[in-house]
Amino acid sequence: MQTPIVKADHLDLVFQTNDGPVHALSDVSLEVMKGDFVSFIGPSGCGKTTFLRCVAALEHPTGGSLTVNGMTPDNARQERSYGYVFQAAGLYPWRTIARNIKLPLEIMGFSKAEQDKRVERVLDLVDLKGFGKKYPWQLSGGMQQRASIARALAFDADILLMDEPFGALDEIVRDHLNEQLLALWARTHKTCLFVTHSIPEAVYLSTKIVVMSPRPGRITDVIESPLPKERPLDIRDTPEFLEVAHRVREGLRAGHAYDD
Amino acid sequence: MRSVLPILTVVMAIVALWYGAAVMLNRQWTLDQAARAGQELTLTQVVADTMVQDRPKLPAPHQVGAELWKTTGDMVLQGRAFSKRSLIYHGWITLSATLLGFAIGTGAGILLAIGIVHNRAMDMSVMPWAIASQTIPILAIAPMIIVVLNSVGISGLIPKAIISAYLSFFPVVVGMVAGLRSPDRMQLDLLKTYSASRSQVFWKLRWPSSMPYLFTSLKVGMAASLVGAIVGELPTGAVRGLGARLLAGSYYGQTVQIWSALFAAAILAASLVGIIGLIQRVTLKRMGMAR
Repeated sequence: MQTPIVKADHLDLVFQTNDGPVHALSDVSLEVMKGDFVSFIGPSGCGKTTFLRCVAALEHPTGGSLTVNGMTPDNARQERSYGYVFQAAGLYPWRTIARNIKLPLEIMGFSKAEQDKRVERVLDLVDLKGFGKKYPWQLSGGMQQRASIARALAFDADILLMDEPFGALDEIVRDHLNEQLLALWARTHKTCLFVTHSIPEAVYLSTKIVVMSPRPGRITDVIESPLPKERPLDIRDTPEFLEVAHRVREGLRAGHAYDD
Repeated sequence: MRSVLPILTVVMAIVALWYGAAVMLNRQWTLDQAARAGQELTLTQVVADTMVQDRPKLPAPHQVGAELWKTTGDMVLQGRAFSKRSLIYHGWITLSATLLGFAIGTGAGILLAIGIVHNRAMDMSVMPWAIASQTIPILAIAPMIIVVLNSVGISGLIPKAIISAYLSFFPVVVGMVAGLRSPDRMQLDLLKTYSASRSQVFWKLRWPSSMPYLFTSLKVGMAASLVGAIVGELPTGAVRGLGARLLAGSYYGQTVQIWSALFAAAILAASLVGIIGLIQRVTLKRMGMAR
């Protein structure tokens, strides 16, 4: 029996605000196995980003238990268990792409030679070979986001946490990056937790889709995808794909996500 | 180069206005003199006389220019660049106080900003005091600083530099607090996911992010420093420095001397701010932040 990489057990998170307590997460239980690609989908306020931030120890649950790699989220962070990709690329404008990727490596104290080696490797992984000396503003939005994924990969974390990484990009670029991300996932065997607003994106990428709904933030459905690991873009026109997408949509509706 | 023509146009307009104002303001004295001597003057004679008076109400531009040259370039040619009548000498006296004050003010400003950003108690307590310090008229507090320091045996350059620092630390504090706080939540969270230490967050994120803010506040601070140094020379009856020249000029009604000292101060300020601008361009370019 494999132990789960991320294990949430009756997780609760209540924010105390001026308007009273807000239930960001309520009774969230979930297991993510090694090598899974799990998407979290739901409307704003359903707690999908909050859950990801809990895994990253950027927020701390007020109830229940959460382990990452068998440790507390705080320890997992100390052990560099995960790389986090934010909505915006967040590259430093005063650093070249290569030096941006070195940022976590510098902080974690890798040697200069090791840094250079790793930068080369991850630039290759995200298909940005030869762009190391460019500054962020010289790259397109999609390339910047790829560079930020490279930065998250540079220190060999097992888990990749992604919070709507392609949300700000247009659909054509997004399709392309989704394809690349799948290829990257197949090559690196990372465990991915991926937050998105887009049903096709969630269905296309995931082995497991977690449907969430707001007030309080909770899980309404967990769908194990029947789609094969090998997924060309046109898999999105197959009946199997549409069926999964339909179930996701049903799940969102069941959570009264469209009420307001 | 395209900006040369508009700039020249504006300069010409100002000079023309200035000449016009000089004629208007100095005319009365010319007419009074003529009346006393029982002379009738033609318009051209009146205008010509308003340009060459010894103690005009408003010196004409060429008089100020000539005085500036006489007390700077001409003295250099005579090998007396540092004589007591040379504006270079007085300018240097003021400049040295300005630079020392600027260094103290900038250093204190940056340190205070670092403290404010990193320490909640300082955040709550220092800023109101910094703002209050700037509401006190500098002319009121300058003599106090000089008297107090003199009583403990410090005089000369240091008191002036402290007054100058008093004025220049404020824009640096305000600018650097904004600059050090300019990284957004996401960038701070990113470093948190790397378990970065506070000093790593400072050196890798906050400090580089604040550079554009730093240079902007340095420019304001530099101009304020010069004002501080000059003000520091006024209430003490100083005999050296641009402030002393202004004071002496006003005692003896030497308007030409006042105006030339004013211009010397303005030229000095413009050059200092220009130098900071140059350093800013080079630095931001080397950081890859200039496009």
